Amino acid sequence: MIESFMTYEFLQNAALAGIMIGFVAPLLGVFIVVRRLSLIADALSHITLTGIAASLLLEKRVSAINDWNPVYMGMAFSVAGAVLIEKLRKVYKHYEELAIPIILSGGIGLGVILISLADGFNTDLFSYLFGSVTAVSRSNMLTVLVITILVLAIVLLFYKELFVLSFDEDHASVSGVNGKMIHLLFIVMVALVIASAMQIVGILLVSALMTLPVAAALRIAKSFKQTIGLSIFFGELSVIIGLITSYQLSVPPGGTIVVTAILILIMAITYRKVSTQFSLKGETL
Amino acid sequence: MYVNNILELNDVSFKYEKETVVKDVSMTIEEGQFFGLVGPNGSGKSTLIKLMLGLLKPTRGSIKLFGEPVRNFKHWEDIGFVSQKANSFNSGFPATVLEVVKTGLVSKTGLFRFYNKKDREKAMQALKTVEMEAYFDYNIGELSGGQQQRVFIARALVSDPKFLILDEPTVGVDAKHVADFYQLLRKLNREEGITLLMVSHDIGTITEHASHVVCMNKTIHFHGASHEYKAFSNEDLSQLYGHPVQQLTHNHGEVENND
Repeated sequence: MIESFMTYEFLQNAALAGIMIGFVAPLLGVFIVVRRLSLIADALSHITLTGIAASLLLEKRVSAINDWNPVYMGMAFSVAGAVLIEKLRKVYKHYEELAIPIILSGGIGLGVILISLADGFNTDLFSYLFGSVTAVSRSNMLTVLVITILVLAIVLLFYKELFVLSFDEDHASVSGVNGKMIHLLFIVMVALVIASAMQIVGILLVSALMTLPVAAALRIAKSFKQTIGLSIFFGELSVIIGLITSYQLSVPPGGTIVVTAILILIMAITYRKVSTQFSLKGETL
Repeated sequence: MYVNNILELNDVSFKYEKETVVKDVSMTIEEGQFFGLVGPNGSGKSTLIKLMLGLLKPTRGSIKLFGEPVRNFKHWEDIGFVSQKANSFNSGFPATVLEVVKTGLVSKTGLFRFYNKKDREKAMQALKTVEMEAYFDYNIGELSGGQQQRVFIARALVSDPKFLILDEPTVGVDAKHVADFYQLLRKLNREEGITLLMVSHDIGTITEHASHVVCMNKTIHFHGASHEYKAFSNEDLSQLYGHPVQQLTHNHGEVENND
């Protein structure tokens, strides 16, 4: 295992990109979950697929374009989708959540047309849907690095503002926090992280990496900082264990990462149940 | 004597789509006053608060905070706000009491800066003022409604505001704690010199504690000192509420007679 890791560049790329994603996806996931926006990750990952399909089609039809990395077009679509969701949320003030199914179904609908025009489903597409340990190129890995640094910088700089906006939007605006600007910045970050994570866990499972570790952390953590710390810890654990088993069993990493995350979640729920029972017993004794 | 006007409303009206919610409201709050804002449900009290805080823009008229038009107002740390929504926040939110109180410093701390040790001490001090310092590491969702309300007051106090606005803060708080709550407000007003504006539908209780009262139903029906308000007759109140109303003077019970 270690030997092949040292030998094959693709394994190094996948492992490094995975570790970075395992950090930033749950970090943003905490803010997404507490703001009850869990489904946004799904909508954005599906619109990423549309971008990838568009890129594959262009590559096939326009001879001048070859060797384009579809990930970048996926990122562009994801960011555009994020901005569009924000616009739609303003159109439907009383039904803000409608923006999500509109973008999600629109993304899939357009995606499926583009995929068919680009001559249908193949192994490439399969790896975009469920992730792959071989798909991450060095330049992809470096893109993930840039995005990771960007996200970390923004979360650190705007931590106070992101926290107050998540907890109480009215209070944030009375405190003079520019909610609109920070929210837009946040959702663009989410879009970039989704497009990055997609390469490892796949489009269909990328939202799991943003929500499952957070779901587990919420059962245990007392404070917001603890929730962030535990979410990242569980996210990393899922990615590392998932990648290793994926390589050993020759199955897509999306599956193994998500199953690991689910196991962690079950353990967290059980831990909480057992510990509250213990403390109840302690009180009656 | 020079008097500081904390808040000035001049002929303010607000329309929501076609409906007039607030009409021709003029009022002034001076430094050190404790104002009660009363009126029936749907009388535009909360809308008026939102206008004062710049969360809504008036259709007509002008609003000044500390002598400055609200749209240019920058010193939000001078204003503390305890919203009605504080009662219905996401109670599963994974934050400690201390983390919540520190958010009150967000306008003072500025962009790109973290809370430091001094901020933590300030937050603890604010918790002490509301007698909640023992709960600093509790999860906010673990507390009772009355305790949460105190935490939200601590959050409003932590930036040392000169003017505290409370929108129906006693909704969902039981009677015993409502009495303690008014005692706390009086302490803030008299000892700390904080100017207060409190929205309430409980006319009897607020007139006992506040120095001044504004009574509104879209437009202002009474504006003046509390003792003058007590002379304001039941008929006038009934007219305001649109049905017979009896004032209960000596306890903290409901004023509105709902049948």
